[in-house]
Amino acid sequence: MPVQYISGFTVVLEVLSRFWPVWIALVIVMGASFAYKKKLALYGQLFDSGVGIVGVGICLFWLFTAIFAATVSPFDPLAQIPIMKDVLPGAVEPKSGLTYLFGGDKLARDVFSRMVYGSQIVLIIAPAATGFALMVGITLGLPAGYYGGKIDTVLSFLANLVLAFPVILLFYLLVTPGIMDTPIPYGMAGVFFLFPIIFFSVLFWTRYKNRPDRLYILLGITLILGGWIYAGLVFDADPLKIVHIDPNQLNIFVAVVFASSPGVFRIVRGLVMDIKTRDYVAAAQTRGESPWYIMLWEILPNARGPLIVDACLRIGYTTILLGTLGYFGLGLAPESPDWGTAIKDASRLLRSFIHPALPPTIALMSFVLGLNLLADSLREQSMKD
Amino acid sequence: MLSFVIRRLGTMALTMLCLTMVVFFLINLEPNLKKLAISQTEMHTSAEQLESWLVNHGYRQNFFVRYGQWLGVVPKQPVTDPATGKPAQRFSFCNDPLVPTFAGVFQGDFGCSTKFKATVASKLFPALGATGILMFWVLMVMVPISLLIGILAGMREGSRTDRVLSVASIASTATPEYVSGVIFTVIFASWLGWLNGSAASASQGITFYNFTLPVMTLAIYGIGYIARMTRASMVEVMTQQYIRTARLKGLSFGSVVVKHALRNALIAPFTVIMLQFPWLLTGVVIVEVMFRYQGFGYTLVEAAGNNDIDLLLGCSLVSVFIVLITQLISDVGYAFLNPRIRVQ
Repeated sequence: MPVQYISGFTVVLEVLSRFWPVWIALVIVMGASFAYKKKLALYGQLFDSGVGIVGVGICLFWLFTAIFAATVSPFDPLAQIPIMKDVLPGAVEPKSGLTYLFGGDKLARDVFSRMVYGSQIVLIIAPAATGFALMVGITLGLPAGYYGGKIDTVLSFLANLVLAFPVILLFYLLVTPGIMDTPIPYGMAGVFFLFPIIFFSVLFWTRYKNRPDRLYILLGITLILGGWIYAGLVFDADPLKIVHIDPNQLNIFVAVVFASSPGVFRIVRGLVMDIKTRDYVAAAQTRGESPWYIMLWEILPNARGPLIVDACLRIGYTTILLGTLGYFGLGLAPESPDWGTAIKDASRLLRSFIHPALPPTIALMSFVLGLNLLADSLREQSMKD
Repeated sequence: MLSFVIRRLGTMALTMLCLTMVVFFLINLEPNLKKLAISQTEMHTSAEQLESWLVNHGYRQNFFVRYGQWLGVVPKQPVTDPATGKPAQRFSFCNDPLVPTFAGVFQGDFGCSTKFKATVASKLFPALGATGILMFWVLMVMVPISLLIGILAGMREGSRTDRVLSVASIASTATPEYVSGVIFTVIFASWLGWLNGSAASASQGITFYNFTLPVMTLAIYGIGYIARMTRASMVEVMTQQYIRTARLKGLSFGSVVVKHALRNALIAPFTVIMLQFPWLLTGVVIVEVMFRYQGFGYTLVEAAGNNDIDLLLGCSLVSVFIVLITQLISDVGYAFLNPRIRVQ
């Protein structure tokens, strides 16, 4: 039985209509942001420029696509329907009557559904890894910049060591199936995941050490929540079985955090060296505040502008890194729907079929573009103040 | 200045020592050695045979001894043939010595590639040459285009040209090589048929037909970044007093830009271009794999995929060296170009 096709115009219409929950969410959020943009500080100012609106729009689009992936995608991203092998866009699957909107790949899976589900992987790993890299970079960069001297020399040397590693080589060494048999990834995860707990504990301790009623509650929450997630992620021993991460995902995660935290470290260190000469830091020192209080409550809030911009760019860069990992088939499972793996699979067959290659490439490019536009307009807005 | 360079070279040597040690450790992890032994022996060998292969080929010596042998500060021992009890060559295809000799990186011996059954030097240096040609053309395309875009955009900040070019350069930084490579191949090779989607034939002879796509793909990711840096530096220069003075003297806008602004605006991009090399390295690997061009990146992937210990170490050494030397050149060159900077 030959596969039926629908016309190109209908494909476009149907793609647009499949995204209906995304459009609704987008309209609500963008509308609300517009209405209250005066009260939303830096985020509200983004809506003053065209570039900012486009950037926020693209990022939110992919965020909602990841959230509503199950509703948006018509098929299971891993399901193979043999008759649909290598079909062109717009082919109707005879049994369910649904359409392979962007065609099928060489393993007869729906390219559209895979693209939609791919966004989930990217939108979970990239921001989370960037968050951890920020924590590590900030916790180490603050003392390096503030104290200078020996601490700075040692930490900067270590950071430069990692930065001198070509990223691709680092991944080829750190993200291999063999390394999962050794304790190295778990050891690194154990170190990296400790940083957020340390960061928040010190943050609350320095602020509330004279107010035990507040301190004990906040410290307790940090330690219990942090310890719970830590146990789940590093030892896979979450008593409630909620926090769980696959070993190969942990490996990728650790490698990405390792590759990008020295960059954060350098930026934080530079910012701290600049800010510590300001008068309000001198005032705090005269008041007799402890060094960590000054770093965390005087310097860090004043360094937030460049750090937010950097975080946006870094999420985009991490997305590119994840794509690189997928492209070389490192870490992620071969059937995983993430964009990098999809590009790898499709690029080998470009001579015969081009349609499986285009959706993941355009998806990845547009998401990174959105983040870069967002970062650019954030930078512009924060320069105005 | 000289003491600065010497101190930097010292740090560089220390960094390289640390990094090669880390790489050496990671490559020689137990699972990697197992895989190497499996790929080097016949199918279905028992665990004892694998172990004896590793022992026989010297992979079970102390970590530091082996690292020293690789460096060339500890003499390399010939292996003992289990059948005859006489010293034998470790790998016959590399002409390994039969008497203990110092043969390491310091002596210019990079070891033996188990995948290609040849010395590392005979694989690595031709590959580096091929990549050098690729890099040359990439820089020839990337640098003039990105400087031109940056200068045109930064000349009149906020103009329509500026906004269009800025968004275009942001878009180009959002396009990693594996994305632009696929898109260019689809457009120029599949649809239009103007260019060849594979550069495998470029090893025999480079033509416009087989070499344009890799060069274009590699250049596009860097163009946006350098252009944005040039633009920022140009915008800053254009607000300086001496530019206003030159304008007030009655010089035309064009000659102010060319004679006064350009020289000062090009200092920052120089650093950026030098620091692009480490980024290009990742790009080289992607592009060479994608377009099947037999260069350095291709060799690196082959080495990593086949657990070729010595070849991978050689590749790491080269790439780390490139990263560090470009950092040094960018620092020294910056001080040369900008007389206001004094290195202590």
